[in-house]
Amino acid sequence: MRKPTNEREMIACRTAQFFQDGNIVNLGIGMPTQCLDFLPDGVDVWVDTENGAIGLAGAPGEGDEFPVDIVDAGGNPSKLRVGGCCFDSFTSFGYIRGGHVDITVLGAYEVDGEGSLANWMIPGKAAAGMGGAMDLVSGSKITIVMTMHCDKKGNPKIVQKTDMPLTGWKVVDYVVTELAVIHITPEGPVLEEIAENTTVEEVVAKTGAKLIIPDNVKVMSF
Amino acid sequence: MAKSKVVSLAEAMTHCHDGMTIMLPGFVNCGVSQTLIEGLMEAGIKDLNIISNNTSVKGKGIGKLVHDDRIKHITCSHIGNNEETCAKVVAGEINITFVPQGSLCEKVRAGGAGIGGILTPTGVHTPMQDGKQLLEWDAAAGKYKFVEPDEPQNGARYILETPLHADVCFVHAYKADKMGNVVYHRTARNFNQTFATAADFVIVEAEHIVEIGELDPDEIMTPGALVDLVVQARMED
Repeated sequence: MRKPTNEREMIACRTAQFFQDGNIVNLGIGMPTQCLDFLPDGVDVWVDTENGAIGLAGAPGEGDEFPVDIVDAGGNPSKLRVGGCCFDSFTSFGYIRGGHVDITVLGAYEVDGEGSLANWMIPGKAAAGMGGAMDLVSGSKITIVMTMHCDKKGNPKIVQKTDMPLTGWKVVDYVVTELAVIHITPEGPVLEEIAENTTVEEVVAKTGAKLIIPDNVKVMSF
Repeated sequence: MAKSKVVSLAEAMTHCHDGMTIMLPGFVNCGVSQTLIEGLMEAGIKDLNIISNNTSVKGKGIGKLVHDDRIKHITCSHIGNNEETCAKVVAGEINITFVPQGSLCEKVRAGGAGIGGILTPTGVHTPMQDGKQLLEWDAAAGKYKFVEPDEPQNGARYILETPLHADVCFVHAYKADKMGNVVYHRTARNFNQTFATAADFVIVEAEHIVEIGELDPDEIMTPGALVDLVVQARMED
């Protein structure tokens, strides 16, 4: 396995450590797909795409035959691995809503201490639509948000209670950032791990939600 | 003797009219009926109510209808791949109703399957529940009860999503026989299979039209009984 070289790769690498061999995973477009670059040794996952396939294998590279009619959830040309399969949208969302996807990974505008997620609409701004995100978070066995800990202005993205339009209510299980791994539990958000170069105090200061701090906060390792 | 449903593009368009509600399955620009949409453009048909997942990309597929202001209203889950749609929605030139992607497919399935609606957890406590009826499972009573959005939640809660139906549906097939039995290809299947069940009139464009009997009955994904017309797809897209 390759080692992460920047903060975004750290987040992807730590998120990939949640994957277990044989898992069906749905990875949001953008940063979540980077998790595949950091699969732990011995772990092979099957990538679900909500437009109707399991077994996506990334974009065609130089010299690859251009696969007709295989696209990812962003509409981009993709490959299908051996053993992959295609199906219609109805089957796809039955599979998603019915709890057959092991792990969904996606980004956030805000996530709160109850695990409610806002990632599709900013009040006052035009929205592009939620696509399949609301179905994915309502149905997956485990939902992981990967995000920078704060927004570009330095405001916490993990808040006590978000008042943004929701994608899903009480749906997030884990939040992975460049600073911490937070487990959303019925008791509240638990700070399970922090990055090597930070402190519990710094993470608490940069988090809007009131964190539960166990005695043994681990250090994120890669 | 099975009758051929194969017609010209121009003849197929005589079944389309201004102001109709039309289902245009496809995902971004994959599995979109490029030829039939071109037919709508050529026939000058306008004021369309569209039910689709996206609006393709700028200048292609549904994007052509967007560009030429043929659309009055869109029901879909995402328009982010087409910046022109986003601009026209912001400018108020196109009305839009967002529906989560899985709920969109279920609503159409209900419309095609004679089901009065579906209960889905998707969108509960989000803006998607606004104006819709909510049901919550009452374990003690062993039945559902209607609840208001601001009532505390005590059991599994669902949105009652109502069926969708259309006047016409355009289907993009990889192969179709002359009586309209359809085989889709890879992820170009997407919404085509479900949407084909929920319109009064279904027109298939096929990349390959084959003789009746050439398709194995087990490989047929949409039965020809659902299909009214078959048109040869132009292959440039």
